[in-house]
Formats: sequence, C-alpha cells, structure tokens
Amino acid sequence: MTVIDIESRMAEPVDDEPRAIDPGLSREDKIFHGSVRSIGFFVLIVFGSIGVFLGYQSIPTFSHYGFSFLTETQWNPELDQVGIAAVIVGTFQVALVAIVVSLPLALLTALYISEYAPQRLKSSLVSLVDLMAAIPSIVYGAWGFAFLQEHAKYVARWLSQYLGWIPFFSVDTDPNAALWAQTQFTASAFIAGLAVAMMTIPMACAVMRGVFAQAPVGEREAAVALGATRWGVIRSVVLPFGRGGIIGGSMLGLGRALGETIAVLLIISPAYDIKWSVVEVGTQTTSSLIAGLFGEATSFQLSALLTAGFVLFIITLVVNMIAAVFVGRSRSGSITEA
Amino acid sequence: MSAQTMEDRPVEIERPPAGAHLEAIGVSAWFASHKVLERVSLEMRPGIVTALIGPSGCGKSTFLRTLNRMHETIPAAKFGGEVRLNGEDIYDAGRRITETRRSIGMVFQKPNPFPAMSIGENVLAGPKLNGTRVARSDRDALVERSLTRAGLWNEVKDRLFKPGGALSGGQQQRLCIARSLAVDPDILLMDEPCSALDPGSTNVIERTIGELKDEVTIVIVTHNMQQAARVSQQAAFFLATDGTPGVIVESGDTEQIFGDPKDQRTSDYVNGKFG
Amino acid sequence: MTVTLERSVRQDPPADGPDPVDTPRTVGGRTRDDVFSLAGSAAGSLALTWLVFTIILGWTGRLGFVIVWFIVFAALYAAVTSWTNPRIAVVDRLASALVTAGAATVGIALASTVIFTVVNGIDALTHINFYTDDMAGVAPRDPLTQGGILHAIVGSFIMVGIATVVSLPLGVGTAIYITEVGSRGGKWVRTVVEAMIGLPDILAGLFVYVTLILALGTQRSGFAAGMALAIMMTPIIARSAEVQLRVVPGGLREAGLALGATRWRTVKGIVVPTAKAGLATALILGIARAVGETAPVLITSGASTFLNFNPLSEPMNSLPLFILFALRSGQPVYIERGFGAAVVLLGIVLALFVMARMLAKNRMSR
Repeated sequence: MTVIDIESRMAEPVDDEPRAIDPGLSREDKIFHGSVRSIGFFVLIVFGSIGVFLGYQSIPTFSHYGFSFLTETQWNPELDQVGIAAVIVGTFQVALVAIVVSLPLALLTALYISEYAPQRLKSSLVSLVDLMAAIPSIVYGAWGFAFLQEHAKYVARWLSQYLGWIPFFSVDTDPNAALWAQTQFTASAFIAGLAVAMMTIPMACAVMRGVFAQAPVGEREAAVALGATRWGVIRSVVLPFGRGGIIGGSMLGLGRALGETIAVLLIISPAYDIKWSVVEVGTQTTSSLIAGLFGEATSFQLSALLTAGFVLFIITLVVNMIAAVFVGRSRSGSITEA
Repeated sequence: MSAQTMEDRPVEIERPPAGAHLEAIGVSAWFASHKVLERVSLEMRPGIVTALIGPSGCGKSTFLRTLNRMHETIPAAKFGGEVRLNGEDIYDAGRRITETRRSIGMVFQKPNPFPAMSIGENVLAGPKLNGTRVARSDRDALVERSLTRAGLWNEVKDRLFKPGGALSGGQQQRLCIARSLAVDPDILLMDEPCSALDPGSTNVIERTIGELKDEVTIVIVTHNMQQAARVSQQAAFFLATDGTPGVIVESGDTEQIFGDPKDQRTSDYVNGKFG
Repeated sequence: MTVTLERSVRQDPPADGPDPVDTPRTVGGRTRDDVFSLAGSAAGSLALTWLVFTIILGWTGRLGFVIVWFIVFAALYAAVTSWTNPRIAVVDRLASALVTAGAATVGIALASTVIFTVVNGIDALTHINFYTDDMAGVAPRDPLTQGGILHAIVGSFIMVGIATVVSLPLGVGTAIYITEVGSRGGKWVRTVVEAMIGLPDILAGLFVYVTLILALGTQRSGFAAGMALAIMMTPIIARSAEVQLRVVPGGLREAGLALGATRWRTVKGIVVPTAKAGLATALILGIARAVGETAPVLITSGASTFLNFNPLSEPMNSLPLFILFALRSGQPVYIERGFGAAVVLLGIVLALFVMARMLAKNRMSR
C-alpha cells in the first residue's frame, strides 16, 4: 500500500489555474434558453413601454398648460381651465380613508387566522380571504352605493356632530337639525373609501397572514416556555417579525386604493375643488375622472386625461416600489401570495 | 516477494468486473476565488468500491461532483485538472456533457424521487429524460431489472403505479438507485446515501452496494467510518485544515488505512481523535 | 456521603394477558370562567348600550349602536376578568375579543355584500330568458320577462378567452425565464413584472385604447378588450407561476441533470409536472381576476345590447360592463337586471375558486 505520490503521476507539475469549461449546452438547450429569453424580454419591453408611452402622450398637455396643470383645480375643457390638483387630493383622500379603515381590520383578521382560528378552519379562512379579493370591484361599488351608504351616512353625521371641529369631518350643514340634510353626507370620499377598503383589506390581510405564518416556531416556543399568554407571544414574536409584512401589505393596499376606479365611480358625486372634509358630498379621483370623462373627450381632452393617467402611474409605481422594499427587507424575506 | 503497488495488486474474482475505470488527475476546485480542492488525484477501478472519508467540509462531496461534471452547475464554480473515464478526459470540449452524466450516475444524500411520477415512471425517467428510446416491450423488463439490482423489487412490484414519494426514506433512496441504474451507467457516485436513513435501511443499501460492485464501479462519500470499513475496498482520506483547500492525505486498501495508517493525521481520524 | 440510587428494570406485561389500559387525558380547553365571563359581559353590555344609546342619548343608526356596544362590552369584559385574574390574562382576553371582533367585522361585511347582491338580483335570475336572450330591442323600462344577459356572458367568455391565450404562454414563459435561466436579465424582468402587478386597471385600458385603437385604427372591440385584460393578467400569472416553480426543490433538478438530461428536458419533464397543480391554480386565479375587471373593458369595448360572437368587429358587451350601465341607468327594473348579472358574475368567480381549491387539495394528497 502506498501513500499516493501526486507529483510522480504527472509528467510535469502543472499550473494550478481554473480551466475554461464549455457548459455543454446542447442545441436543444440553446433553443430553449433563446425562446424563454425572448419571451422575457418581450414582456419587459411591452410593460416598460406603458410608462414611457403615457409620458409621451402627456407632452402636448404639459406643453400647453405647463406647470399649472398640477395646480389648477377646475376641470373645464371648454374654458381651457384644466388641472388635476383637486383630483389628486381627492385620490389621496379616498385612499387615506381606505387605509385607515383597512389597516387595523386587515391586521386583526390576519392575526385571527394565523393565531386564533381553529386548525381545521385555517385553510378555509385563507381561501375566504382570497375569495374576498377576487370579488369584482363593481360588486363592492354596487354594495357601497346601495347598501353601505344608507348606514354609513349616520356614522358620517355623528363624526361631523362630535368631531366637526377637525377639518376632516366638518360638513357645510347643520348635523344637529331634526331634518338633517342626508344628501350632504353621501357620495363622499368617506363612503367611497369604505367601499375601497373592502378591496384593500383582503390584499393586505393575505400578505400579513403569510408573514405571520413564517414567524419562527423556535421563538414562539421560547416565549411560551417563559409563561407568555397568546397575546404575549403575538406581541413579542409575531408582530416584530411581521413588521415588514404589515407595512408592505398596507402599502400594497394603498397602491390598489389609489388606482381603484369603478367603485369610486359608482359612489361619488364629482366635484372639483380641494376640500379638507372627507365626509362631505362631492370629490373626484384620477381614475374615476378618466373613466367618467373618457367617453366624450375630444382628442385634446384625451391627452389631458392621459396626462392624469401618467401622474397616477408614477404615483402608484412609487408606492408599490416602497411596498416591495419593506416586504423584502423584513426578516421574512420573500413573502408572496395575492 | 516484490513490493506491491496499487497498480500491481491482483483482482481476485472469476470474471473481469464490468464498470469503467475512472481516474482523477490533479483535480482542483474553486467557488469564486475560494479554493476548496487542491490537486487531488485518485484512481477508481472497476470491481472495487472506493470510499471517500474525512471530516465535514473537506471537499469530499465537491470532489465527487467534479467526477460527473455536476460541480460546474453551481454559479461561480471553477475547475482545474482532468478526470479521465477509460482514458479520456470528460472535460474535453468535444464530449457531450449529457452523455458523460448518463454514464457516470449519481445518488444524492437526500432521496429525491420525482413526485409527479409513479414508481415505475421514476425508474424509466432516466431514459426518457436523456432521449434514449426504450421499446415498449422492454420497458417492464427494464423496470424489474433496475429495481431488482437496487434491492427494491419485491417490496414494490405490486404498486408500481403508486406515486414515487409515498415510500419510506430507505425505499425512496433505493428507488433513486434503481433510477440511476436504469440508464446503464459504468460508474455510480454516491454522496452520503445513507446519512438520512435509519439503520435498517442503511443495512439494505450497504448490501445492495456489495451486490452491485462487480457490475458498476462505485465511489461513495461517507461520514461513517464503520460504513467505509464495511463496504469499501479502497479508501481515500480527505482533510482540509482551516482555510486551506482539501487534499487527499492518504489512500489505499481500506483494511490498511484503518488498521495501519501511515500518516499521523489519518491515524488520529480513524481512531476518533477528531471528527 | 453516598447516595443509593434505585434501580429498576422494565417489566413487559405478560404476552397473553390483557393489555394495560392507557387512554390519553384531555388537556387544556375552556374553563367555566371563560365561558361565563364572556357571555355575561356580552349580555350585560347589550343591555347597558340599549339603555344609554337609544333611551338616554337618543342616537340613531344601527352601525353606531354596534360600535358602541362593542366598546362597552370590552370595558365590561376587562372589568369582570380583572376580579379573578392577573393583568396579563385581562390583556390577553381583551386582545382575543378585539381580534375576533375585527375578523368578524370583515366576515360580516363580506357576507353582507354577497347576500345583498343575491337578494337584489334574485328576481331577475328566476326568469329563464335572463340567460338566453340579449338586450337587443328591449327598452330599459321593459319588464324582466324580456331581455337577458346572454350577450354579456358570451362577451365575457370571449374576452377572457383571448386574454388567457395571450397571457398564459407569456406569463409562464416569463416565469420559466426568471427561475430556470436566471442571469441579470431575469432580475430586470422580475422587477418590471412585480411593478406591473400594481398597475391601475384603467391605465391598462387606456394603453390599449391609444395603441391599438387610435394608433392602429382598429375599432373598440372584444379583441381590444381581451388585450387590455391580458395586460392585467400577465404579470399576475407570471408572478404566481414564478413562485410555484421556485418551490420545486433544487434536488429534483440536480437529479435530472445527473441522469444525463438537458436543461430543457429537466424543465419539461420534471419541474413543470411537479409544479403543475400550482400553475393551474395560478391560471385559474388570474382568470377569476380578469373576468371581473370593468375599467379596462369600459374603455376598449363598447357596451352593446346585441349578441356578438366576433371579437374583431363591433362592440362587445361583458358582464361587468353590463352591470355598470344597468346600475347607472336609474331604472329600477334595469337595476334589478344589473344585480342579477352581478350574481351570475359572483357565481362564475366562486366556481373558479372552488376549482382552484380542489386542484390544490389534490396536490396535497399525493
């Protein structure tokens, strides 16, 4: 038996450098790689061009109106007074109401499914949340308009009665009158926001629940072993772990709320001024503006609408990218779903 | 009596063993700029089971993966040296890589039967995937022969249509062995095939290795010294001290590596002084 | 000082004797304190709220009543618990109450939506002509015995069909590119796909309108709507498919390569079949999303009243669009038709969901 003598096996000592290896892609593989690569790039180009395209279409509008397009509140094409200031404010108001309502509800629902629900119900509840997300926005819009509004207007009145000193809740009518003007409390950003919340809740909830489910079992067990109650485990392990998912999920919902069209279209009464109050009748959002005015727009008005669309595109893109950063940066890394 | 070297050792069986002759010459491996193997050379002959032993992290698995060109599937992996199958370097630009991998089979540490296929389909997956046509009439025979060689036939012959994942760990691993055998390789590389299995399954697989060694040249990486002593005729001891790339410190007849090691480090390892 | 340790050897029970009895105990579970403090607080707070809310303060509105009731309940529950339990138990119970209430609120809202829609649409749904006729020649005020939504159903099918034919290969192909080929290009594609998932639906419609209809001169048609839907569907399918492909263990790919397969055969023969159920689920969910989209369809195809099988010419109606126009028409009968169509739409989405869930269950049981 010998200790293998390396040097003697080779004619002369070789330089120890890596050699270049042909990966050995067969022809079949070259075709495969080429095809999917072209599909990928095709998709990249088509989608990348949407933004570029909208931007290009907004050049005529910006060159005509200049910066005032962003500061003008009225939308009167006949009078050449066109601007999206009021519309953008309205968009954010609706989205804000939606987030304020949906964040706590989505969080509570996600916690319920992940921490409190009986084991055999869990997958059904998860499917139910996904189903809620799949219900078309027009159904929520119809429900919001014909049903929710009738009940929520009382809440709106209560808000203006007792919190009316906050500008958000003030309405230009007397809420304490015996025959109070009900129509002043309908068709507002508040009602629309509630309907939009029905769409953002399942979206945010799915992300949050997915994150909570990944909270490390080891940490949970450590907390329980120290004598923590269920809420104690949630507070010390699940919520800190899920922080990124909570924020990310909410921002994803925010992105959706900013772009929601049909439910808003069905509920609100268009009004083009910047107002603080969200419970008062009358507002307008970007997507509702485009959908509503699109039918009768001349080509120049169409350009104005496209410009509004471009602004909306940029806003939602930024919001979604921030959301992705939060979701990606959390300890849970890549959470997916929905 | 003249001194016997590795080359001259007589092979004591009735007929010449099948299987091919595999030789690593000066094999080095890197992951990006981090070198993990330093000019490793080893001869693996037919009829002999070669065990690669040594503590974790010494490059045994990496070395094994250079033998069937799986090492390069990892991004930023680099290779140096030669691996000769029956005299020809498998890394030559002219050689079909898929053909090389067909003739040098591999069984992995974690059993990985294809879940989307039944047991029978798993065995036939090899020919199907590398484009070898098997006549319909020969298929059943191939499945039976491969499963028999892997020592699994009697246990699954009545349920060849059940999914491949529905077996115990030991059975899954034998299925993977059968699958590798179905493409008729000359060499079978086994990367710690029993480390995830219970002692009963380990026993069956070691018996299978013993039965296969005259048909296929086997190289097995193992952490378990007793296993190396049980199944192999030749052993190579790998070692890498902190930061340095792995090398083979000593190799040769298994009985002598364990009973009369020439190098102090080998002696320390086989006597359990470090692990 | 030495300690003597007891020594014991296990005695197996005699082989032919009776088996020693060994039944598990019930552990945990609710105590009487749990049940009664919950029920008592609920009842007590209900009574208190009724007293204060309705009688003393004279507020109106059912929604408000429920909100106040919950607040009073929480306070009462906390008080009752604190009499016999330490602080962490009180906090724990309050948290449970809050979380359960939050989930229940969402559940009730969802149920209310579905029930409301069904209740309002039920009248229209009981007429057989609702499913077999279109609205050609039917005035908005005509009774429910005339007219139907066949054209909208057919239109939805055709548009979603076109969208699927386009977005499935593009979506899955993109996913395969990202996971199986990788490389830097793959990362860019992935970033863009993820960004496009959040694209507001109206912008997809606008994009198709301005490119296909204005620039290329085609009319508003079912085909254009199908393209707009494809723009919405492709990123969703691509992302879900990517997730499903990534879940396939790397060991399977390695096993395939080690058997001598090319990368293409590994993907085709191993990776995709393993991910098949997940990919089908992704597709079904994408379709469910597309069938309910209103805004892109609004812009790219007109709301017609007649049955139209040709996606390349003439406006083509679809379920969501029909609902939109029906609800805004202001005619009670037409509105009822709208709700009926909404129920049909909900039914389609639900059917797709059930299919997706059955597929997922199938995969689990293998």
